[in-house]
Amino acid sequence: MIRLNPKMTEKIVFFLLLVATLVIVIPVMLITVMILTNGAGTLSWEFLTQPPRLGMRAGGIFPAIVGTVYLVFGTLCFALPVGILAAVYLSEYARDNWLTRLIDIAIINLAGVPSVVYGLFGLGLFVSFLNFGTSIIAGSLTLTIMSLPVIITASREALNSIPQSFREASLALGATRWQTVRRVVLPNALPGIMTGTILALSRAAGETAPILFTVAAFYLPSLPTSIFDQCMALPYHLYVISTQVPNIKPGIQYGTALVLISMVLVMNVVAVLIRTHFRKRKLW
Amino acid sequence: MKSSRAYLNRIFEFVIEKAIFLAGILSIVFVFLIFLFLIKEGFSLFRTYSIFSFLFGTKWYPISSPPQFGIVPLLLGSVAVTLGAILIAVPLGIGSAIYIAEIAPRWLREILKATVEFLAAIPSIVLGFIGLVTLAPLVKKLFHLPTGLTALSGSIMLAFMAMPTIVSMMEDAFTAVPKSYREGALALGATRWEMIRRVLLPASASGMLAAIMLGIGRVIGETMAVLMITGNAARIPTGLTQPVRTMTATIAAEMGEAVQGGNHYFALFAIGIVLFIITFLINVTASFLVRSQRK
Amino acid sequence: MVDKAKIKIEIRNLSVFYGSLEVLKGVNLDVEEKEILAVIGPANSGKTSLLRTLNRLNERNEGFRMQGEILLDGRNIYKKYSSDDLRRVMGMIFALPVSLPLSIYDNIAYGPRLHGVKKKSELDPIVRQSLEAAFLWEEVKDRLNLPAMKLSGGQQQRLCIARTLAIEPEVILYDEPCSGLDPVSTTKVEEAMRQLKNQYTQILVTNNTKQAARVSDRTAFFLMGELIEIDRTEKIFTAPRDQRTDDYVTGRFG
Repeated sequence: MIRLNPKMTEKIVFFLLLVATLVIVIPVMLITVMILTNGAGTLSWEFLTQPPRLGMRAGGIFPAIVGTVYLVFGTLCFALPVGILAAVYLSEYARDNWLTRLIDIAIINLAGVPSVVYGLFGLGLFVSFLNFGTSIIAGSLTLTIMSLPVIITASREALNSIPQSFREASLALGATRWQTVRRVVLPNALPGIMTGTILALSRAAGETAPILFTVAAFYLPSLPTSIFDQCMALPYHLYVISTQVPNIKPGIQYGTALVLISMVLVMNVVAVLIRTHFRKRKLW
Repeated sequence: MKSSRAYLNRIFEFVIEKAIFLAGILSIVFVFLIFLFLIKEGFSLFRTYSIFSFLFGTKWYPISSPPQFGIVPLLLGSVAVTLGAILIAVPLGIGSAIYIAEIAPRWLREILKATVEFLAAIPSIVLGFIGLVTLAPLVKKLFHLPTGLTALSGSIMLAFMAMPTIVSMMEDAFTAVPKSYREGALALGATRWEMIRRVLLPASASGMLAAIMLGIGRVIGETMAVLMITGNAARIPTGLTQPVRTMTATIAAEMGEAVQGGNHYFALFAIGIVLFIITFLINVTASFLVRSQRK
Repeated sequence: MVDKAKIKIEIRNLSVFYGSLEVLKGVNLDVEEKEILAVIGPANSGKTSLLRTLNRLNERNEGFRMQGEILLDGRNIYKKYSSDDLRRVMGMIFALPVSLPLSIYDNIAYGPRLHGVKKKSELDPIVRQSLEAAFLWEEVKDRLNLPAMKLSGGQQQRLCIARTLAIEPEVILYDEPCSGLDPVSTTKVEEAMRQLKNQYTQILVTNNTKQAARVSDRTAFFLMGELIEIDRTEKIFTAPRDQRTDDYVTGRFG
């Protein structure tokens, strides 16, 4: 057996590690290129603004886009206030005791619950028990609970990054705890909270399993008119046209994937921009 | 006048603090509610179907008569796909985490990190679709199989999807190792690789384990991609090159046809209980491991 | 020495704990109306804990416990006041100047706005008078909308004093207010304290014995959480009763 000198070993190992990295990174790039080249041709004004036709083999994906926007917006409306208040509790009010530890465990577990189990829960609680039916509100609430751990964790970090001295300065001027949170802590933590929330929403936008039984419609040419209506959604639509519609033009599938991925990506970019912008402006 | 305003402030403060407290404990409430609803619906199955046949039955025939709801093939389907994914993901994940965190020059590191973050952002349905049109045919051709929709395709796909979790958590574990450890080793004349192998990896072992556990959690819970590319055959797998069906895929695929309030419907919730318990245990263990490294 | 001055704050048998650590041990202390009381002592003597107990910021500390009582104008501050009402009466200046991430104007207006003063016509004079009283007006009058954090350390500390004056407290607590400041800024802060003397009761915690000698009427010496001695400042610095006080003020330890 040959004994390599340490420098040689290092070179070989580093090369292998590079290969491992490339095995992950190159497919990501290939996938991106594939979706772009195959999907870009399909993108047109008609594709974005028309409902599907001919059993989804022609026409556009407008109702699915609108449905996803509705779901994201609905999720925002529920998840943001609850998420911020929960983070405020953990960061500003909670003491280091058993209840706080229990909340921590609960958040960690919510973050790990499989998305399809959220779907089951939404079906059991919102669709059946609360009788919302398969509806935008049931879907949004299901996505809300799924998004909460991300929003809470990000908001909590943002709140914790505010120096304690600001809080004490405010309290020392006779502000109550809530006034301190409302006037000093929250405004300065807002960029971090927004970043976390948008990232959570971008995940919610791409999820299929939680909306499968709670809101998503196979095909609906008209737009929903109330929060108790079903709607189409981009991820579910992509699932449908890639598994259940034979003889469909691949362009439509790639085009749908491209629109979905662009939506998610734009949200991610916005989130990152907010973060870097405010980091630069930060004075402390 | 002024005192009535102060009084209103007091009331408002009281109400908002109660709301904050409620929101704070809401996470506990939700975990409890999720479990409660899974139990409520899932346990309805066991009024007419024995829990023993559910847990140990080897046949999942939900619409034959009489129907059989044996979870074993689905459980083994999940296990097979997960094991395969872990076998692929662990070496690749450790390797690339080390490369990205410790070896790559700064400009490359930023690109690689951004790419991994981008992978994390891609919806699983998109990856499932891409896997369906590229990976499955490739597996079919490489292994001369009648179909590419197999446990192996699922494993590869899931290993790929678990990568962001594994890589970024391992990176965190590496950065948590004090600088003095590294510098001490390097000062003693170790090469960078020797430092990584003898100092960094042992010191971040529990964090790395946590990363792998969370990766497993992500893999077991993944639904849409596996539904699309594992072939959906609910029978006990004997090898990775066969079509299988996971627990998650079963719920997603069959809930649409299951009659609400029927045994099939309840059985899918019962699968949900099993999934919930498995991921619960994984997550508690992982967070325990993360905490133990921080100490 | 019999003093007829009115007692503003009475501290009776005050002990303060953080967990099992006792940081103040059975302190008895009266603070007279409109005096400047200096509190001196080496590190860990409990000076800062005393201030934080006086305006109840201590309640934020994990594991804080106290025994004994503190009366402000005869009313127990932990029982007869809400913490925010108390802090309006007991303003506090911290060791490091803490400007809130707001403009100069909004920093001063922060307190009054909390307590219901909303109109600009009412706020403007408050801001001006507070800044004047803290000797800062001339330096910042043309740039009130500048972020307060752009000011120098000494200016920020005077801003903090002005901000405290704007809530019209009765007592001002200073926690080593000049520890991070240059001599010129220190002089200005001390000047402000002397000017405020006929309106406010002031308690100055300081590591700087010379500062205590320069500005205070009376001085209290703390050591390891105990009040060793309190007397007229010139007495403490020239003829203290306790040997340890003498050792400390003459610089033999601390």
